[in-house]
Amino acid sequence: MRGITMMLVAGGVVIGSFPAQAHAFLDHASPAVGSSVLAGPPLLTLWFTQDLEPAFSGVTVTNEAGQRVDLGNAQIPQGSPAELQIGLKPLPPGTYLVSWHVVSVDTHPTEGTFTFEVGRG
Amino acid sequence: MLRPPPFCPRIPPRWRTAGQRFFPATILTDDPFVADEMSIPQVTVTPPTPDGSRETDVEIDLSKHITPDTDVIIGDSWQRLKPTGLPAVTGLGALHTAAQYQLFVNGPHEALGLVGLNVTWAHTGRVQALGAPDFTTLSPTFDFGKGLGDLPRSLPYLRPFAITGNLGFDFPTKVESAGVPNPNSFNYGFAFEYSFPYLQCCVKDIGLREPFSRLIPLVEVAFTTPINRVPATQTIGTIQPGVIWAGQYFQIGAEAILPANHVTGHGYGCVVQFHIYLDDLFPHSIGRPISEWW
Repeated sequence: MRGITMMLVAGGVVIGSFPAQAHAFLDHASPAVGSSVLAGPPLLTLWFTQDLEPAFSGVTVTNEAGQRVDLGNAQIPQGSPAELQIGLKPLPPGTYLVSWHVVSVDTHPTEGTFTFEVGRG
Repeated sequence: MLRPPPFCPRIPPRWRTAGQRFFPATILTDDPFVADEMSIPQVTVTPPTPDGSRETDVEIDLSKHITPDTDVIIGDSWQRLKPTGLPAVTGLGALHTAAQYQLFVNGPHEALGLVGLNVTWAHTGRVQALGAPDFTTLSPTFDFGKGLGDLPRSLPYLRPFAITGNLGFDFPTKVESAGVPNPNSFNYGFAFEYSFPYLQCCVKDIGLREPFSRLIPLVEVAFTTPINRVPATQTIGTIQPGVIWAGQYFQIGAEAILPANHVTGHGYGCVVQFHIYLDDLFPHSIGRPISEWW
């Protein structure tokens, strides 16, 4: 059992010794994933688990007809390298699809989609 | 300011993900993806066998990418066998290796497929004392994974489900050892997973926070059925409910081990695993495929 404990401690030391770089997964969003909001927000914000590579990261928002409703101005705010924002047009009631794809700073790519609703909350 | 998304360069996703689905390394069944990973260690206490003996294994496995689509695996275990009424014996189990090729990764359908050849090597463990094999076994295998994220959005709470599985054969290179037949066997196993991370990121944020937002409850089952030399009624297998916590750099998993039939054993056992993602820990060095080192 002492050997097992030593291996676990060694593993912990190894993990703790290296910089924090890995796949970037969506941590949370505003509007929240799968949520319903009363009025359309002016901005969509995504928070990821890792810092992002700006040149390879993007997000779109489309309505039920597949038309873009974002302003095409996706950006990673200065000082918040794990955050991705995009402005939204005025959103009438409906369901909206968010499609994101990002690359973490260590070049691992991830992507995902989710929906939120406006005016049905 | 970023360029508009349609013009963003895209890098093909790889390694433990298919689309937005993250597949954890399962404990009982093989993973359907090539990877840079290491289990240090996996500790298993088996249920008592029909004759009452019980075994404890401490296993270490290493998976290493050779190219982005191929990897090799090497592993061994320290074993402690306690037969009923006899002193415990300890020693190394058989060395096992594998070579694997990623057949496909389908992001939109969250599907993975992999073929591999596992080899358990003769005379690499304590043969007489622990029952380690005196013969080499070749085991071709097909592993697959499928997430249900492509179900209609009208079925939101089914979308976090995923299934992975293995189908394969064992071909021992000796037909018998010490008068006991070594049958060819058919192996099949499945892991049924419900991903809380997927629920949170892709279906509905229900307010889970760490550590619960990273939990993946699962049930694994695996069976081995002889196809010659002994009766097929000697199928053995286990059912293993448990949970995996998957972090950025490592995961921790624990499962109960329940014998699927009386031939397998009785009572229960357990397994815990500490598993690290080398490609996330060392993304610019040993975590890259060997073909990309130069």
